[in-house]
Amino acid sequence: MLDVLINILSWIFLLAGGAFGVIGGLGMVRFPDFYTRLHAAGVTDTLCALLIVLGLVLQSGFSLLTIKLLLILLFLLFTAPTATHALARAAMVDGLEPGDQQDPPDMVERDRETKPQGEPSSNT
Amino acid sequence: MNRLAFSLTLLLAALWLAVSGVYKPVILALGVASVALVVWLSVRMRVIGVEHNPVLFSWRLPAYWFWLIKRIFWANIQVTRRVFRPDSIKPAVIKVPVPQKTSVGKVTYGNSCTLTPGTVTLRLTREELTAHVLDDESARDLTDGSMAEKICWLEGNTEPKR
Amino acid sequence: MTFVLVVTTMAIFVTMAFALVRALKGPTIYDRILAVNVFGTKTVLAVALITYVTGHADLIDVALVYALINFIAIVAVLKLVKHRDLAAEAGEGDDRA
Repeated sequence: MLDVLINILSWIFLLAGGAFGVIGGLGMVRFPDFYTRLHAAGVTDTLCALLIVLGLVLQSGFSLLTIKLLLILLFLLFTAPTATHALARAAMVDGLEPGDQQDPPDMVERDRETKPQGEPSSNT
Repeated sequence: MNRLAFSLTLLLAALWLAVSGVYKPVILALGVASVALVVWLSVRMRVIGVEHNPVLFSWRLPAYWFWLIKRIFWANIQVTRRVFRPDSIKPAVIKVPVPQKTSVGKVTYGNSCTLTPGTVTLRLTREELTAHVLDDESARDLTDGSMAEKICWLEGNTEPKR
Repeated sequence: MTFVLVVTTMAIFVTMAFALVRALKGPTIYDRILAVNVFGTKTVLAVALITYVTGHADLIDVALVYALINFIAIVAVLKLVKHRDLAAEAGEGDDRA
């Protein structure tokens, strides 16, 4: 009886996690500018990951697999805001204003400056 | 310093045992060697204890996480509603004060703000947090000061280190 | 049971497809990096789900390592885009306040 309940709860978590993932992805395509897309990406990074990992944890009970899943969740929840903040901060320092639809001008200029004289790029 | 190096050793050993899953003498010896190497490097780099804060070991931390997860859940619902009606968003850049005393508290505030969908920290200084918000309701999450208050509670009455 | 896992995996794949659409459309380079970041974190979840679908418990280690590498890769790419050099000194914007 309890097994069935836990199974159903885990299904709900997994499916809800998948649904939030798709919604976040949809938001990333639909929102108008870079900074608003950050918020949509935040949905897939937090609740989607949280629900899916919890759903999987309910599947396996207490084992090494559970510890590893919880470690993955911990890493994701610690690194996601850092990566998002690094992105937002880099975009802001580079002069990307909310609402902008193209790369900030100084970056385009910098490309023009470096390319003609440029040494051949090593990362091809 | 030595006490902190010792707790780092214990933590790393526990982590190694948890993710390894193979308990044969050779593998265990490799584990001991890698833990020793990491602790030695950390001591050499002088990174142990730089960010040390007693708050990290308080019972308030799990309580705060629970509160934050509830907060994240409702913020997600809010952003989800905006995804289906993208015309209704009102993005804005707002500034709020940072009342926390310790640097760990301030960073916790910045990270919690970014982790909550709808608000992204653009810049964090000692006194002020600049955030990009998706709409008015997300902005209210920050401006009403409930999150700042909760992190001040998390800090408790620990003395500011610096 | 496997059915639910497969459906969830498919949902993650759809999310990854949306991220790819954003990576291709741009328009700014930061949109593309954001899309690659989302693609990476969703890869972690997809690998974790595939672990349960196939029953190979060892696969979870791949997800664990990928979660760490993805973060470092994003920060490295950001720095490369900004400075054109991974060993550049701290410049404007790298404030130490």
